[in-house]
Amino acid sequence: MGAFISPKVDKVGIEDRVNRITKRSIKKEAKLEGLKMALNMVDLTTLEGMDTVNKVTQMCYKAQHLHDEFPGLPTVAAVCVYPNFVKIAVNALKDSPIKVASVATAFPSGHSSLDVKIADTKMAVDAGAHEVDMVISRGKFHMGDFGFVYDEIAAIKQACGTSVRLKVILETGELGNLDNVRLASDIAIAAGADFIKTSTGKIKPAATLPVTLVMLEAIKDHYYKTGIMVGMKPAGGISNSKLALQYLVMVKETLGVKWLDNHWFRFGASSLANDLLMQILKQSTGAYQSANYFSKD
Amino acid sequence: MNKEIKPLKFSGKWDFDPAPESVDHISLKDQYGLFINGKFENPQTSNYFPSINPANEEHLSMIAEAGEKDINAAVSAARKAFDGPWSKMSAKERGKYIFRIARLIQEKSRELAVIETLDGGKPIRESRDVDVPIAAAHFFYYAGWTDKLNYAFPNRDPKPVGVAGQVIPWNFPLMMAAWKIAPALATGNTVVLKPAETTSLTALKLAEIIQEADLPKGVVNIITGAGATGAGIVNHQDIDKIAFTGSTGVGKIIMKAIAGSNKKSTMELGGKAANIIFEDAPLDQAVEGVINGIYFNQGHVCCAGSRLFVQESVYDVVLRKLKDRIQSLILGNPLDKNTDIGAINSKEQLGTINKYLKIGQQEGADMFQLECPIPKKGFWCPPTLFTNVSQSHVIAKEEIFGPVLAIQTFRTIDEVITKANNTPFGLSAGVWTDKGSKIFNLTSQMRAGVVWANTYNKFDPTSPFGGYKESGHGREGGLHGLTPYLNF
Amino acid sequence: MAERINVLKTYKIFIGGKFPRTESGRFYQLNNPSKAIANVCLSSRKDLRNAVVAARGAFEKWSGSTAYNRSQILYRMAEMMEGRKDQFISELVLQGVDRKEATLEVDLSIDRVIYFAGWADKINQVFGSVNPVATSHFNFSLMEPMGVVGLVAPEKSGLLGLVSSLCPILVSGNCAVVLASEKLPLCSITLAEVLVTSDVPEGVVNILTGKKEEIMVHLAKHMDVNAIYLTDNLEHKKSVQEEAIQNLKRVVVGKQKSWDDRTVENPYIITDFMEIKTTWHPVEVISATGSGY
Repeated sequence: MGAFISPKVDKVGIEDRVNRITKRSIKKEAKLEGLKMALNMVDLTTLEGMDTVNKVTQMCYKAQHLHDEFPGLPTVAAVCVYPNFVKIAVNALKDSPIKVASVATAFPSGHSSLDVKIADTKMAVDAGAHEVDMVISRGKFHMGDFGFVYDEIAAIKQACGTSVRLKVILETGELGNLDNVRLASDIAIAAGADFIKTSTGKIKPAATLPVTLVMLEAIKDHYYKTGIMVGMKPAGGISNSKLALQYLVMVKETLGVKWLDNHWFRFGASSLANDLLMQILKQSTGAYQSANYFSKD
Repeated sequence: MNKEIKPLKFSGKWDFDPAPESVDHISLKDQYGLFINGKFENPQTSNYFPSINPANEEHLSMIAEAGEKDINAAVSAARKAFDGPWSKMSAKERGKYIFRIARLIQEKSRELAVIETLDGGKPIRESRDVDVPIAAAHFFYYAGWTDKLNYAFPNRDPKPVGVAGQVIPWNFPLMMAAWKIAPALATGNTVVLKPAETTSLTALKLAEIIQEADLPKGVVNIITGAGATGAGIVNHQDIDKIAFTGSTGVGKIIMKAIAGSNKKSTMELGGKAANIIFEDAPLDQAVEGVINGIYFNQGHVCCAGSRLFVQESVYDVVLRKLKDRIQSLILGNPLDKNTDIGAINSKEQLGTINKYLKIGQQEGADMFQLECPIPKKGFWCPPTLFTNVSQSHVIAKEEIFGPVLAIQTFRTIDEVITKANNTPFGLSAGVWTDKGSKIFNLTSQMRAGVVWANTYNKFDPTSPFGGYKESGHGREGGLHGLTPYLNF
Repeated sequence: MAERINVLKTYKIFIGGKFPRTESGRFYQLNNPSKAIANVCLSSRKDLRNAVVAARGAFEKWSGSTAYNRSQILYRMAEMMEGRKDQFISELVLQGVDRKEATLEVDLSIDRVIYFAGWADKINQVFGSVNPVATSHFNFSLMEPMGVVGLVAPEKSGLLGLVSSLCPILVSGNCAVVLASEKLPLCSITLAEVLVTSDVPEGVVNILTGKKEEIMVHLAKHMDVNAIYLTDNLEHKKSVQEEAIQNLKRVVVGKQKSWDDRTVENPYIITDFMEIKTTWHPVEVISATGSGY
């Protein structure tokens, strides 16, 4: 078992900092720029038990045609699907810059053998996924077996190979407190994560501003120790643009402008995209929008 | 730490657009009289002086200068109200008046916040989220004490002292007025208050609120003016108690003036607080606390954490985090909702701060400042920190009252306690560590009236505030804040 | 001109921030003295059960709110009551109270709410303590709310007695289940309207009308109620105290002579419904200056 020494986190202090971040007022051009940036960072997601080929195909179409009525919009960053839909998605998106991310490793619970998880990962990679979103073993984490958690991440990273980026889902809603979120972040980063991600989206609470701040601080300390950048993805519970912009302010003021790019920051969301579109149109036309005018995927 | 790693950049992409708070919903008169005996009167001196916005040097309003005759009128109005309606009124009814003032402040909170920012230069985010709500909360808290005083002082039948003369500073104009007036009224006293000459406007708006609350005339009198007016109040024969918040220098002058008299006093003076980071502190939150501790209100705070002590083993990391955090502070128009660092309150104060910046560099400390565009008009000082500071540097000893942090290192608990206490001041201190027993060790040994553990610059009407040693005597806030206004 | 027909008010009970009818569908008629003035819900033990569930559900949030917040909410109650002065006076008169006395009662009731509102952020300053233990520990005692308190409201005072016994319970963060006066129930439901418009969170106060004797036994036996305030109806004291033994709920018995007596205004009726929690934490070194905790 590795000896992990992570800094402690003061929850009240984190909440104070978050509170200050939410007071930022993003207006005019900065708001429009922020909304477009956020849109370009969305991983459009469908992870339902009842997903079908048609559902995934339609979502891939929506990813490329967010709102054709309004020219000059960026695309989303990626789509996120279960491994058995990767081939469909890759095919549907073959002429676009949009990446295909796949969940893997017995998502969402992570309760299975390492062999099964590696096979799950390889299935996604072989089908053409650009990114893999794995889950850590929360049970082992709470048992104090941090070495197990570390080894598992390293093994999946190896199964990804060198051209597929690995996002590690900490499932912060199950970790219990911010000290654990920091520890899990440090373990995942040390084990080779390209991204650390908050949640599977299957439980509440999913992503929150405090949890995200803790993870960004872990990434910052790692950068200053090694010069290596790690990406971050809050997922679940981000359904409106105002909140998305607050996340971006947090990234900007914690890690700086280099992370304001979808190579290093993503939003795991499904309904956020349409809200961003409505706000972009409101900024451009001055009128509050109605959901009826924006196609649901 | 690998020196080849490029520092993070916090600007240059997605810079925020201006987000100014609107001013068209406020009302300011061109000229304000003195609030005496329930009415606004012309000063008998017929003198007025201008109040300007320190962010752009624009004229805001003309403020009356109270002379000797005006001071006499105010004090006698206060005395008459004290002998008359105010002491005859039941405590319950007195309380209801004070509740009214609290509610009116809440109702007019946005207007008050904007005027506070215009007059004093502090960011609208602070006047909106800190100054005005705390002012209302003080009135609310003390309103509830009026009919419960016999529970606060066992075996005593407390009585009000009489007429209180109150002189307040320019750093938290409305909030200081609330800290002074609320407990005075709750304990049955009447008041003559003088706001600072650079920041009179919110006190005058408070006078309008007091009129609207229908407070019996003479209970609160607000007279404006400069040092001479303040001296006139302090020296007046018919004042029973002086409450002063301001510099230690002026505090000593006042104490000399009242020596030998029967006047009671509370003094809320300067500070040079130590803010201490231990190696086991949650460092990012500690850094945030240090930043808030010194740059909140541009450092114009008596309890500002102006001396940082960092345990040597984490010095490099803390310094890097401090410098990074400073990069995302925004200096500019105080009315902009995104502004973190507003204007320095006056030309004089900026001169004082710049004097210390020169001294610091001359003494051999290394200066680091946020590089940012400085507006052409107005008075500005970017957030600054000095490293390589020693205990005997002037910048580590004297109160600068600006956004300037002096950083020293330490090795052991005993060493830092000694250095933290090694100052004539004793207003506040801060301690950052994860270990509970260490917190209480530190807090029990700090010779300071307010000790913050793992937080800083928190204020609440229930929490007594005041200093040891040359930071003053007496407490404001809480049950203990009633004591200075009562005879037992 | 033809006379305008009044719209008569239906008095329901108050549970979880809403106004349901009693699940039993029963009523009793209030007469003054022979003219029917209202059909009042005759609450059942199931209403009581629902009320306790609502109160328990509201406790975490209410006790977790800041004292400042609670004092502002109670002050707002006074603001809302002031606006409804005429309504309260008419209702008291309708129930047989002399108009002049009713006016005094309403004025005093509003001022009484304000009195208790002012205690919220002061109780721990007066009754809490830091204790100078002989070991190297920081030791402090805090007053904390108990949980769900059952209030058997005064029978002979339709408004003043009600607020005088309810507010002390609420101020510290407890939630209440109130059994209203049988003869003077109407103001309690109007008070519920005040609560709803004062930002009092739903479930913090629940008010049942009906036959006290029928409900009281279930209240006294209820395992999820932490305390009972028996304001009068002292003939039931023994049985309530005996039933309360099942979960050792605290029973506070009213001692006041009359509700307009100023001695009713004191903080001890607040602390009667609070627990004391004492916390210890080591202090590393006992300070040399002697100012250790």
